[in-house]
Amino acid sequence: MKEEKILQLLNENARMSLAEMALRAEMAENEAEAAIQSLEKSGVIRGYKPILNEAELGENKVKALIEVRVTPRREGGFDQVAQRIARYPEVTDLFLVSGSFDLLLTVEGNSLNEVASFVSAKLSTIEGVLSTSTAFLLKKYKESGRIMQNDEEYKRLKICP
Amino acid sequence: MKNINDSKSVRRPLVADHIKSLPKSGIRAFFDLVNTMDDVISLGVGEPDFTTPWTIRETGIFSLEKGHTSYTSNLGTIALRREVCRYVRQNYNVEYSPENECIITIGVSEALDIAMRALLNPGDEVIYTEPCFVSYPAEVRMAHGVPVPVETYVDDAFALDPARLREKITPRSRVLLLNFPCNPTGAVMSREKLLEVAEIAIENDLVVITDEIYSELLYEGEHVSIASLPGMRERTIFLHGFSKAFAMTGWRVGYACGPHEIIDAMMKVHQYAIMCASTTSQEAALEALRNGEKSMLEMRESYRERRNLMVSGFNRIGLDCLLPKGAFYTFPSIRSTGLSSTEFAEKLLKAERVAVVPGPAFGACGEGFVRCCYASSVEDILEAIERIDRFVKSLKK
Repeated sequence: MKEEKILQLLNENARMSLAEMALRAEMAENEAEAAIQSLEKSGVIRGYKPILNEAELGENKVKALIEVRVTPRREGGFDQVAQRIARYPEVTDLFLVSGSFDLLLTVEGNSLNEVASFVSAKLSTIEGVLSTSTAFLLKKYKESGRIMQNDEEYKRLKICP
Repeated sequence: MKNINDSKSVRRPLVADHIKSLPKSGIRAFFDLVNTMDDVISLGVGEPDFTTPWTIRETGIFSLEKGHTSYTSNLGTIALRREVCRYVRQNYNVEYSPENECIITIGVSEALDIAMRALLNPGDEVIYTEPCFVSYPAEVRMAHGVPVPVETYVDDAFALDPARLREKITPRSRVLLLNFPCNPTGAVMSREKLLEVAEIAIENDLVVITDEIYSELLYEGEHVSIASLPGMRERTIFLHGFSKAFAMTGWRVGYACGPHEIIDAMMKVHQYAIMCASTTSQEAALEALRNGEKSMLEMRESYRERRNLMVSGFNRIGLDCLLPKGAFYTFPSIRSTGLSSTEFAEKLLKAERVAVVPGPAFGACGEGFVRCCYASSVEDILEAIERIDRFVKSLKK
Protein backbone atom coordinates (compact mmCIF):
# COMPACT_ATOMS: atom_id res chain seq x y z
CA MET A 1 0.00 0.00 0.00
CA LYS A 2 2.74 2.44 1.05
CA GLU A 3 4.95 1.30 -1.81
CA GLU A 4 2.05 1.79 -4.19
CA LYS A 5 1.68 5.40 -3.03
CA ILE A 6 5.42 6.01 -3.33
CA LEU A 7 5.38 4.62 -6.87
CA GLN A 8 2.45 6.86 -7.76
CA LEU A 9 4.35 9.92 -6.54
CA LEU A 10 7.58 8.90 -8.31
CA ASN A 11 5.61 8.36 -11.49
CA GLU A 12 4.25 11.87 -11.14
CA ASN A 13 7.70 13.34 -10.50
CA ALA A 14 10.74 11.19 -9.85
CA ARG A 15 12.64 14.25 -8.64
CA MET A 16 10.15 15.06 -5.91
CA SER A 17 11.90 15.93 -2.66
CA LEU A 18 11.79 13.38 0.14
CA ALA A 19 10.12 15.98 2.34
CA GLU A 20 7.25 16.49 -0.11
CA MET A 21 6.94 12.79 -0.77
CA ALA A 22 6.75 12.04 2.94
CA LEU A 23 4.10 14.74 3.48
CA ARG A 24 1.97 13.55 0.60
CA ALA A 25 2.28 9.86 1.40
CA GLU A 26 1.72 10.60 5.10
CA MET A 27 4.85 8.87 6.31
CA ALA A 28 8.15 9.88 7.87
CA GLU A 29 10.96 10.92 5.54
CA ASN A 30 13.15 7.96 6.50
CA GLU A 31 10.20 5.65 5.91
CA ALA A 32 9.74 7.04 2.40
CA GLU A 33 13.45 6.74 1.75
CA ALA A 34 13.45 3.13 2.94
CA ALA A 35 10.48 2.31 0.69
CA ILE A 36 12.28 3.73 -2.34
CA GLN A 37 15.47 1.85 -1.48
CA SER A 38 13.60 -1.41 -1.15
CA LEU A 39 11.86 -0.85 -4.49
CA GLU A 40 15.24 -0.18 -6.08
CA LYS A 41 16.88 -3.15 -4.40
CA SER A 42 14.14 -5.60 -5.39
CA GLY A 43 14.41 -4.43 -8.99
CA VAL A 44 10.93 -2.96 -9.29
CA ILE A 45 12.57 0.39 -10.01
CA ARG A 46 15.21 0.01 -12.72
CA GLY A 47 16.15 3.63 -13.09
CA TYR A 48 14.97 7.21 -13.59
CA LYS A 49 15.15 9.36 -16.70
CA PRO A 50 13.73 12.67 -17.87
CA ILE A 51 10.91 12.89 -20.40
CA LEU A 52 12.39 15.00 -23.18
CA ASN A 53 10.99 17.04 -25.98
CA GLU A 54 13.99 16.53 -28.30
CA ALA A 55 12.52 18.93 -30.82
CA GLU A 56 13.19 21.82 -28.43
CA LEU A 57 16.64 20.49 -27.69
CA GLY A 58 17.55 20.87 -31.37
CA GLU A 59 18.87 17.34 -31.34
CA ASN A 60 18.99 15.41 -34.61
CA LYS A 61 18.97 11.87 -33.29
CA VAL A 62 16.95 9.39 -35.27
CA LYS A 63 14.50 6.97 -33.74
CA ALA A 64 12.67 4.11 -35.33
CA LEU A 65 10.00 1.63 -34.30
CA ILE A 66 10.86 -1.78 -35.69
CA GLU A 67 8.51 -4.71 -35.99
CA VAL A 68 10.29 -8.04 -36.05
CA ARG A 69 8.97 -11.46 -37.00
CA VAL A 70 10.83 -14.28 -35.32
CA THR A 71 10.90 -18.10 -35.38
CA PRO A 72 10.66 -19.21 -31.78
CA ARG A 73 13.45 -21.53 -30.74
CA ARG A 74 12.81 -24.94 -29.27
CA GLU A 75 13.12 -24.62 -25.45
CA GLY A 76 14.16 -20.96 -25.61
CA GLY A 77 10.90 -19.67 -27.15
CA PHE A 78 11.05 -15.97 -28.01
CA ASP A 79 13.23 -15.14 -25.03
CA GLN A 80 16.52 -16.25 -26.50
CA VAL A 81 16.20 -14.13 -29.63
CA ALA A 82 14.76 -11.22 -27.67
CA GLN A 83 17.55 -11.23 -25.11
CA ARG A 84 20.07 -11.30 -27.89
CA ILE A 85 18.53 -8.28 -29.53
CA ALA A 86 18.18 -6.49 -26.19
CA ARG A 87 21.94 -6.51 -25.65
CA TYR A 88 22.53 -4.04 -28.48
CA PRO A 89 22.82 -0.56 -26.98
CA GLU A 90 21.08 0.86 -30.08
CA VAL A 91 17.89 -0.86 -28.92
CA THR A 92 16.22 1.34 -26.30
CA ASP A 93 12.95 -0.57 -25.80
CA LEU A 94 11.89 -4.06 -26.65
CA PHE A 95 8.59 -5.82 -26.23
CA LEU A 96 7.04 -9.16 -27.15
CA VAL A 97 3.63 -8.37 -28.61
CA SER A 98 0.58 -10.13 -29.92
CA GLY A 99 -0.55 -9.67 -33.52
CA SER A 100 1.00 -10.08 -36.94
CA PHE A 101 4.59 -9.70 -35.72
CA ASP A 102 6.37 -10.79 -32.55
CA LEU A 103 8.83 -8.22 -31.26
CA LEU A 104 8.48 -4.45 -31.23
CA LEU A 105 11.57 -2.41 -30.57
CA THR A 106 12.68 1.16 -30.61
CA VAL A 107 16.11 1.89 -31.96
CA GLU A 108 18.07 5.07 -31.64
CA GLY A 109 20.94 6.30 -33.79
CA ASN A 110 22.74 9.47 -34.84
CA SER A 111 21.58 9.30 -38.43
CA LEU A 112 19.23 7.53 -40.78
CA ASN A 113 22.19 5.58 -42.12
CA GLU A 114 23.28 4.43 -38.73
CA VAL A 115 19.85 2.98 -37.94
CA ALA A 116 19.50 1.49 -41.42
CA SER A 117 22.83 -0.26 -41.19
CA PHE A 118 22.02 -1.55 -37.71
CA VAL A 119 18.87 -3.13 -39.11
CA SER A 120 20.46 -4.63 -42.19
CA ALA A 121 23.81 -5.66 -40.76
CA LYS A 122 22.89 -6.69 -37.24
CA LEU A 123 19.22 -7.14 -36.56
CA SER A 124 18.08 -8.96 -39.67
CA THR A 125 21.04 -11.33 -39.63
CA ILE A 126 20.32 -12.69 -36.17
CA GLU A 127 19.40 -16.34 -36.33
CA GLY A 128 15.66 -16.72 -35.96
CA VAL A 129 14.77 -13.27 -37.28
CA LEU A 130 12.47 -13.77 -40.26
CA SER A 131 11.72 -10.21 -41.29
CA THR A 132 11.78 -6.62 -40.07
CA SER A 133 9.70 -3.56 -40.80
CA THR A 134 11.10 -0.17 -39.85
CA ALA A 135 9.12 2.99 -39.18
CA PHE A 136 11.15 6.14 -38.56
CA LEU A 137 9.63 8.52 -36.00
CA LEU A 138 8.81 11.91 -37.48
CA LYS A 139 7.28 13.81 -34.59
CA LYS A 140 6.53 13.14 -30.95
CA TYR A 141 3.17 14.24 -29.59
CA LYS A 142 3.10 12.48 -26.25
CA GLU A 143 5.38 10.35 -24.13
CA SER A 144 4.85 8.73 -20.74
CA GLY A 145 1.65 10.68 -20.21
CA ARG A 146 3.15 14.08 -21.08
CA ILE A 147 1.88 16.03 -24.06
CA MET A 148 4.66 17.82 -25.96
CA GLN A 149 2.66 20.73 -27.30
CA ASN A 150 2.55 23.72 -24.97
CA ASP A 151 -0.97 25.00 -24.51
CA GLU A 152 -1.46 28.70 -24.17
CA GLU A 153 -1.58 29.62 -20.51
CA TYR A 154 -5.13 29.86 -19.28
CA LYS A 155 -5.70 32.20 -16.37
CA ARG A 156 -8.27 31.45 -13.70
CA LEU A 157 -9.77 34.06 -11.44
CA LYS A 158 -7.53 34.64 -8.44
CA ILE A 159 -10.41 34.97 -5.99
CA CYS A 160 -13.87 33.51 -6.37
CA PRO A 161 -16.67 32.44 -4.06
CA MET B 1 -21.69 62.16 -24.09
CA LYS B 2 -24.09 63.02 -21.32
CA ASN B 3 -24.82 60.14 -18.99
CA ILE B 4 -28.47 59.34 -19.48
CA ASN B 5 -28.91 58.66 -15.76
CA ASP B 6 -27.93 62.23 -14.90
CA SER B 7 -31.06 63.44 -16.59
CA LYS B 8 -33.22 65.68 -14.44
CA SER B 9 -36.25 64.00 -15.90
CA VAL B 10 -35.68 60.85 -13.84
CA ARG B 11 -37.36 61.66 -10.54
CA ARG B 12 -37.67 58.29 -8.86
CA PRO B 13 -34.95 55.87 -7.63
CA LEU B 14 -33.55 53.87 -10.49
CA VAL B 15 -32.92 50.74 -8.43
CA ALA B 16 -35.39 48.70 -6.39
CA ASP B 17 -35.02 49.07 -2.61
CA HIS B 18 -34.33 45.42 -1.90
CA ILE B 19 -31.55 45.33 -4.48
CA LYS B 20 -30.09 48.65 -3.41
CA SER B 21 -29.78 47.42 0.17
CA LEU B 22 -28.04 44.26 -0.97
CA PRO B 23 -24.33 44.39 -0.11
CA LYS B 24 -21.84 43.51 -2.84
CA SER B 25 -20.15 40.21 -2.17
CA GLY B 26 -17.42 40.67 0.46
CA ILE B 27 -15.14 38.67 -1.76
CA ARG B 28 -15.50 41.19 -4.55
CA ALA B 29 -13.55 44.02 -2.86
CA PHE B 30 -10.76 41.67 -1.97
CA PHE B 31 -10.72 40.32 -5.51
CA ASP B 32 -10.18 43.85 -6.85
CA LEU B 33 -7.24 44.36 -4.50
CA VAL B 34 -5.58 41.05 -5.42
CA ASN B 35 -5.98 41.80 -9.10
CA THR B 36 -3.76 44.86 -8.82
CA MET B 37 -0.83 42.71 -7.68
CA ASP B 38 1.56 40.35 -9.43
CA ASP B 39 2.99 36.97 -8.36
CA VAL B 40 0.35 36.39 -5.76
CA ILE B 41 -0.12 32.84 -4.52
CA SER B 42 -3.86 32.63 -4.30
CA LEU B 43 -5.58 30.31 -1.87
CA GLY B 44 -8.70 32.38 -2.50
CA VAL B 45 -10.31 30.43 -5.30
CA GLY B 46 -13.50 28.43 -4.98
CA GLU B 47 -13.05 26.08 -7.89
CA PRO B 48 -11.01 23.04 -8.88
CA ASP B 49 -7.54 23.62 -10.31
CA PHE B 50 -8.09 20.82 -12.81
CA THR B 51 -9.23 21.30 -16.36
CA THR B 52 -12.42 19.36 -17.16
CA PRO B 53 -11.43 15.74 -17.98
CA TRP B 54 -10.78 15.34 -21.70
CA THR B 55 -13.53 12.82 -22.38
CA ILE B 56 -16.06 15.39 -21.14
CA ARG B 57 -14.54 18.27 -23.11
CA GLU B 58 -14.35 16.09 -26.21
CA THR B 59 -18.03 15.23 -25.87
CA GLY B 60 -18.84 18.94 -25.73
CA ILE B 61 -16.81 19.53 -28.89
CA PHE B 62 -18.48 16.59 -30.63
CA SER B 63 -21.89 17.94 -29.66
CA LEU B 64 -21.03 21.19 -31.45
CA GLU B 65 -19.62 19.32 -34.45
CA LYS B 66 -22.88 17.44 -34.78
CA GLY B 67 -24.64 20.78 -34.80
CA HIS B 68 -26.56 20.33 -31.56
CA THR B 69 -27.01 24.04 -31.13
CA SER B 70 -30.72 24.51 -30.51
CA TYR B 71 -32.75 24.75 -27.28
CA THR B 72 -33.48 21.63 -25.28
CA SER B 73 -36.73 21.04 -23.44
CA ASN B 74 -37.16 23.42 -20.49
CA LEU B 75 -36.40 20.70 -17.96
CA GLY B 76 -33.25 19.67 -19.82
CA THR B 77 -32.63 16.72 -22.13
CA ILE B 78 -34.43 13.57 -21.04
CA ALA B 79 -31.20 11.59 -21.48
CA LEU B 80 -29.41 13.76 -18.93
CA ARG B 81 -32.38 13.77 -16.53
CA ARG B 82 -32.51 9.97 -16.64
CA GLU B 83 -28.81 9.73 -15.96
CA VAL B 84 -29.03 12.29 -13.15
CA CYS B 85 -31.86 10.36 -11.48
CA ARG B 86 -29.89 7.12 -11.76
CA TYR B 87 -26.83 8.82 -10.27
CA VAL B 88 -28.85 10.33 -7.41
CA ARG B 89 -30.55 7.01 -6.66
CA GLN B 90 -27.23 5.15 -6.63
CA ASN B 91 -25.21 7.64 -4.64
CA TYR B 92 -27.75 9.43 -2.45
CA ASN B 93 -30.40 6.79 -1.99
CA VAL B 94 -33.38 8.86 -3.13
CA GLU B 95 -35.61 8.00 -6.05
CA TYR B 96 -36.84 10.76 -8.41
CA SER B 97 -38.74 10.53 -11.65
CA PRO B 98 -36.78 11.93 -14.60
CA GLU B 99 -40.09 12.92 -16.20
CA ASN B 100 -41.20 15.52 -13.69
CA GLU B 101 -39.04 15.54 -10.56
CA CYS B 102 -35.74 16.71 -12.01
CA ILE B 103 -34.71 19.95 -13.70
CA ILE B 104 -31.36 20.84 -15.28
CA THR B 105 -30.23 24.35 -14.36
CA ILE B 106 -27.39 26.79 -14.94
CA GLY B 107 -25.36 25.50 -12.02
CA VAL B 108 -26.63 25.19 -8.47
CA SER B 109 -26.76 29.00 -8.37
CA GLU B 110 -29.73 29.11 -10.69
CA ALA B 111 -31.33 26.09 -9.03
CA LEU B 112 -31.15 27.91 -5.70
CA ASP B 113 -32.57 31.10 -7.18
CA ILE B 114 -35.57 29.45 -8.79
CA ALA B 115 -36.17 27.34 -5.68
CA MET B 116 -36.35 30.50 -3.55
CA ARG B 117 -38.63 32.25 -6.02
CA ALA B 118 -40.86 29.20 -6.23
CA LEU B 119 -41.12 28.73 -2.47
CA LEU B 120 -41.17 32.11 -0.79
CA ASN B 121 -43.94 34.54 -0.10
CA PRO B 122 -42.71 38.02 0.88
CA GLY B 123 -41.55 37.95 4.49
CA ASP B 124 -41.05 34.20 4.70
CA GLU B 125 -38.00 33.29 6.72
CA VAL B 126 -35.20 31.13 5.40
CA ILE B 127 -32.88 29.64 7.99
CA TYR B 128 -29.39 28.86 6.74
CA THR B 129 -26.11 27.98 8.41
CA GLU B 130 -23.27 30.48 8.67
CA PRO B 131 -20.43 30.68 7.69
CA CYS B 132 -21.85 29.89 4.27
CA PHE B 133 -21.50 30.40 0.54
CA VAL B 134 -21.68 34.15 -0.14
CA SER B 135 -24.87 33.99 -2.24
CA TYR B 136 -27.26 32.47 0.28
CA PRO B 137 -28.58 35.53 2.15
CA ALA B 138 -28.68 37.55 -1.08
CA GLU B 139 -30.65 34.84 -2.88
CA VAL B 140 -33.22 34.93 -0.08
CA ARG B 141 -33.53 38.73 -0.19
CA MET B 142 -33.86 38.80 -3.97
CA ALA B 143 -36.86 36.49 -3.58
CA HIS B 144 -38.32 38.88 -0.97
CA GLY B 145 -37.61 36.47 1.87
CA VAL B 146 -35.93 37.15 5.19
CA PRO B 147 -32.56 35.47 5.73
CA VAL B 148 -32.10 34.03 9.23
CA PRO B 149 -28.59 32.76 9.89
CA VAL B 150 -27.93 30.02 12.41
CA GLU B 151 -24.31 30.12 13.44
CA THR B 152 -22.05 27.09 13.41
CA TYR B 153 -18.95 26.92 15.59
CA VAL B 154 -15.50 25.46 15.52
CA ASP B 155 -16.30 23.46 18.70
CA ASP B 156 -18.90 21.50 16.69
CA ALA B 157 -16.48 21.23 13.77
CA PHE B 158 -18.85 23.73 12.09
CA ALA B 159 -21.69 21.19 11.93
CA LEU B 160 -25.21 22.48 12.55
CA ASP B 161 -26.22 22.08 16.20
CA PRO B 162 -29.92 21.06 16.19
CA ALA B 163 -30.52 22.96 19.46
CA ARG B 164 -29.36 26.22 17.88
CA LEU B 165 -31.57 25.55 14.89
CA ARG B 166 -34.58 25.17 17.19
CA GLU B 167 -33.93 28.63 18.68
CA LYS B 168 -34.27 30.24 15.25
CA ILE B 169 -37.68 28.84 14.40
CA THR B 170 -40.59 31.31 14.30
CA PRO B 171 -44.11 31.07 12.88
CA ARG B 172 -42.70 32.63 9.67
CA SER B 173 -40.01 30.01 9.19
CA ARG B 174 -40.54 28.43 5.82
CA VAL B 175 -37.30 27.02 4.47
CA LEU B 176 -34.14 25.48 5.90
CA LEU B 177 -31.14 25.75 3.58
CA LEU B 178 -28.27 23.34 4.18
CA ASN B 179 -24.87 22.97 2.53
CA PHE B 180 -22.81 20.00 3.69
CA PRO B 181 -19.97 19.43 2.94
CA CYS B 182 -19.77 23.16 3.51
CA ASN B 183 -18.11 26.00 1.65
CA PRO B 184 -16.15 27.63 3.43
CA THR B 185 -15.61 25.31 6.41
CA GLY B 186 -15.49 21.85 4.82
CA ALA B 187 -17.84 20.71 7.60
CA VAL B 188 -20.08 17.66 7.22
CA MET B 189 -23.13 16.39 9.13
CA SER B 190 -23.28 13.00 10.86
CA ARG B 191 -26.33 10.83 10.24
CA GLU B 192 -27.41 11.28 13.89
CA LYS B 193 -27.34 15.07 13.74
CA LEU B 194 -29.04 15.08 10.37
CA LEU B 195 -31.83 12.88 11.78
CA GLU B 196 -32.42 15.45 14.52
CA VAL B 197 -32.48 18.26 11.96
CA ALA B 198 -34.95 16.27 9.86
CA GLU B 199 -37.18 15.83 12.88
CA ILE B 200 -37.19 19.59 13.49
CA ALA B 201 -38.01 20.23 9.82
CA ILE B 202 -40.95 17.84 9.93
CA GLU B 203 -42.20 19.16 13.28
CA ASN B 204 -42.21 22.73 11.95
CA ASP B 205 -43.32 21.88 8.44
CA LEU B 206 -40.20 23.37 6.83
CA VAL B 207 -39.10 22.79 3.27
CA VAL B 208 -35.42 21.83 3.18
CA ILE B 209 -33.14 22.92 0.37
CA THR B 210 -29.97 20.87 0.46
CA ASP B 211 -27.05 22.08 -1.64
CA GLU B 212 -24.83 19.00 -1.96
CA ILE B 213 -22.46 20.36 -4.60
CA TYR B 214 -19.40 19.13 -2.65
CA SER B 215 -20.79 15.70 -1.75
CA GLU B 216 -18.40 13.67 -3.91
CA LEU B 217 -15.46 15.46 -2.33
CA LEU B 218 -15.69 13.64 0.99
CA TYR B 219 -12.49 12.22 2.44
CA GLU B 220 -13.74 10.31 5.47
CA GLY B 221 -16.96 8.62 6.49
CA GLU B 222 -20.25 8.37 4.60
CA HIS B 223 -22.18 11.14 2.91
CA VAL B 224 -25.82 11.19 4.00
CA SER B 225 -28.32 13.25 2.06
CA ILE B 226 -31.11 14.63 4.22
CA ALA B 227 -33.44 13.88 1.30
CA SER B 228 -32.94 10.16 1.95
CA LEU B 229 -34.09 10.28 5.59
CA PRO B 230 -37.59 9.11 6.52
CA GLY B 231 -40.32 11.65 5.77
CA MET B 232 -37.90 14.07 4.07
CA ARG B 233 -38.18 13.34 0.35
CA GLU B 234 -41.58 15.01 0.15
CA ARG B 235 -40.28 18.27 1.67
CA THR B 236 -36.73 18.42 0.31
CA ILE B 237 -35.19 19.99 -2.78
CA PHE B 238 -31.92 18.28 -3.59
CA LEU B 239 -29.46 20.55 -5.43
CA HIS B 240 -26.37 19.29 -7.13
CA GLY B 241 -24.21 19.88 -10.17
CA PHE B 242 -21.03 19.12 -12.04
CA SER B 243 -18.80 22.09 -11.20
CA LYS B 244 -16.79 20.76 -8.29
CA ALA B 245 -16.60 16.98 -8.63
CA PHE B 246 -16.04 17.01 -12.39
CA ALA B 247 -14.11 20.30 -12.56
CA MET B 248 -16.78 21.89 -14.77
CA THR B 249 -17.35 25.32 -13.17
CA GLY B 250 -17.30 27.23 -16.46
CA TRP B 251 -19.85 24.93 -18.12
CA ARG B 252 -22.50 26.22 -15.71
CA VAL B 253 -24.60 23.12 -15.32
CA GLY B 254 -26.41 21.75 -12.28
CA TYR B 255 -29.76 20.30 -11.32
CA ALA B 256 -32.54 20.17 -8.78
CA CYS B 257 -34.55 17.11 -7.79
CA GLY B 258 -37.64 17.25 -5.63
CA PRO B 259 -41.32 16.52 -5.32
CA HIS B 260 -43.25 17.04 -8.54
CA GLU B 261 -45.23 20.02 -7.25
CA ILE B 262 -42.12 22.02 -6.35
CA ILE B 263 -40.15 21.10 -9.49
CA ASP B 264 -43.17 22.13 -11.52
CA ALA B 265 -43.20 25.55 -9.85
CA MET B 266 -39.44 25.95 -10.29
CA MET B 267 -39.88 24.97 -13.92
CA LYS B 268 -42.24 27.92 -14.43
CA VAL B 269 -39.62 30.41 -13.20
CA HIS B 270 -36.88 28.65 -15.17
CA GLN B 271 -38.97 28.54 -18.33
CA TYR B 272 -39.62 32.27 -18.33
CA ALA B 273 -36.26 33.45 -17.01
CA ILE B 274 -33.81 31.00 -18.55
CA MET B 275 -35.50 28.76 -21.11
CA CYS B 276 -33.01 25.93 -20.72
CA ALA B 277 -29.44 25.18 -19.70
CA SER B 278 -26.76 25.23 -22.41
CA THR B 279 -27.19 22.30 -24.80
CA THR B 280 -23.45 21.73 -25.18
CA SER B 281 -23.00 21.70 -21.41
CA GLN B 282 -25.87 19.26 -20.93
CA GLU B 283 -24.35 16.80 -23.38
CA ALA B 284 -20.94 17.14 -21.75
CA ALA B 285 -22.54 16.64 -18.32
CA LEU B 286 -24.10 13.41 -19.54
CA GLU B 287 -20.63 12.16 -20.43
CA ALA B 288 -19.40 13.16 -16.96
CA LEU B 289 -21.99 10.91 -15.33
CA ARG B 290 -21.42 8.07 -17.77
CA ASN B 291 -17.63 8.01 -17.96
CA GLY B 292 -16.23 10.61 -15.59
CA GLU B 293 -16.04 8.65 -12.38
CA LYS B 294 -12.45 7.49 -12.71
CA SER B 295 -11.17 11.03 -13.29
CA MET B 296 -13.33 12.28 -10.45
CA LEU B 297 -11.83 9.75 -8.03
CA GLU B 298 -8.32 10.69 -9.11
CA MET B 299 -9.04 14.36 -8.51
CA ARG B 300 -10.51 13.56 -5.11
CA GLU B 301 -7.41 11.60 -4.12
CA SER B 302 -5.29 14.55 -5.13
CA TYR B 303 -7.43 16.96 -3.04
CA ARG B 304 -7.21 14.62 -0.06
CA GLU B 305 -3.44 14.66 -0.23
CA ARG B 306 -3.32 18.43 -0.47
CA ARG B 307 -5.82 18.84 2.34
CA ASN B 308 -3.57 16.89 4.67
CA LEU B 309 -0.59 18.89 3.52
CA MET B 310 -2.27 22.22 4.18
CA VAL B 311 -3.86 21.30 7.52
CA SER B 312 -0.63 19.87 8.93
CA GLY B 313 1.16 22.98 7.64
CA PHE B 314 -1.17 25.40 9.44
CA ASN B 315 -1.03 23.50 12.70
CA ARG B 316 2.75 23.30 12.46
CA ILE B 317 3.08 27.09 12.20
CA GLY B 318 0.66 27.68 15.06
CA LEU B 319 -2.61 28.47 13.27
CA ASP B 320 -5.21 26.07 14.67
CA CYS B 321 -6.92 24.25 11.85
CA LEU B 322 -9.46 21.44 11.91
CA LEU B 323 -9.11 18.61 9.43
CA PRO B 324 -12.18 19.27 7.25
CA LYS B 325 -13.89 16.11 6.06
CA GLY B 326 -15.17 17.45 2.76
CA ALA B 327 -15.05 20.11 0.00
CA PHE B 328 -11.65 21.68 -0.79
CA TYR B 329 -11.29 24.37 1.85
CA THR B 330 -9.53 24.69 5.14
CA PHE B 331 -10.75 27.25 7.64
CA PRO B 332 -7.86 27.96 10.01
CA SER B 333 -8.24 30.21 13.04
CA ILE B 334 -6.08 33.34 12.99
CA ARG B 335 -7.15 34.50 16.48
CA SER B 336 -3.70 33.79 17.93
CA THR B 337 -2.33 36.65 15.80
CA GLY B 338 -4.57 39.23 17.50
CA LEU B 339 -5.65 40.55 14.09
CA SER B 340 -9.15 40.62 12.65
CA SER B 341 -9.69 38.34 9.66
CA THR B 342 -9.74 41.24 7.23
CA GLU B 343 -6.61 42.83 8.71
CA PHE B 344 -4.89 39.46 8.55
CA ALA B 345 -5.83 38.90 4.91
CA GLU B 346 -4.86 42.41 3.82
CA LYS B 347 -1.57 42.50 5.69
CA LEU B 348 -0.66 39.01 4.54
CA LEU B 349 -1.39 39.95 0.96
CA LYS B 350 0.73 43.10 1.14
CA ALA B 351 3.61 41.60 3.12
CA GLU B 352 3.89 38.15 1.56
CA ARG B 353 1.63 38.15 -1.49
CA VAL B 354 -0.56 35.30 -0.38
CA ALA B 355 -4.31 35.70 -0.89
CA VAL B 356 -6.75 34.09 1.55
CA VAL B 357 -10.38 35.04 2.00
CA PRO B 358 -11.40 36.67 5.31
CA GLY B 359 -13.94 34.51 7.21
CA PRO B 360 -16.56 37.29 7.64
CA ALA B 361 -17.11 37.25 3.84
CA PHE B 362 -19.10 34.10 4.65
CA GLY B 363 -21.04 35.51 7.59
CA ALA B 364 -20.26 37.45 10.76
CA CYS B 365 -19.41 34.33 12.76
CA GLY B 366 -16.55 33.67 10.34
CA GLU B 367 -14.59 36.38 12.21
CA GLY B 368 -11.32 34.98 13.50
CA PHE B 369 -10.94 32.62 10.55
CA VAL B 370 -9.79 32.72 6.94
CA ARG B 371 -10.73 30.43 4.09
CA CYS B 372 -7.88 28.75 2.23
CA CYS B 373 -8.57 26.59 -0.78
CA TYR B 374 -6.29 23.62 -1.35
CA ALA B 375 -7.25 23.24 -5.00
CA SER B 376 -3.84 24.73 -5.66
CA SER B 377 -0.56 23.11 -6.64
CA VAL B 378 1.47 21.33 -3.95
CA GLU B 379 4.38 23.72 -4.53
CA ASP B 380 2.10 26.72 -4.07
CA ILE B 381 0.61 25.27 -0.88
CA LEU B 382 4.03 24.58 0.61
CA GLU B 383 5.31 28.00 -0.44
CA ALA B 384 2.18 29.72 0.90
CA ILE B 385 2.53 28.01 4.28
CA GLU B 386 6.14 29.14 4.45
CA ARG B 387 5.19 32.72 3.64
CA ILE B 388 2.33 32.71 6.15
CA ASP B 389 4.73 31.34 8.76
CA ARG B 390 7.11 34.22 8.07
CA PHE B 391 4.23 36.68 8.26
CA VAL B 392 2.88 35.33 11.55
CA LYS B 393 6.37 35.38 13.09
CA SER B 394 6.89 38.97 11.95
CA LEU B 395 3.78 39.99 13.89
CA LYS B 396 5.25 38.71 17.13
CA LYS B 397 8.38 40.83 16.83
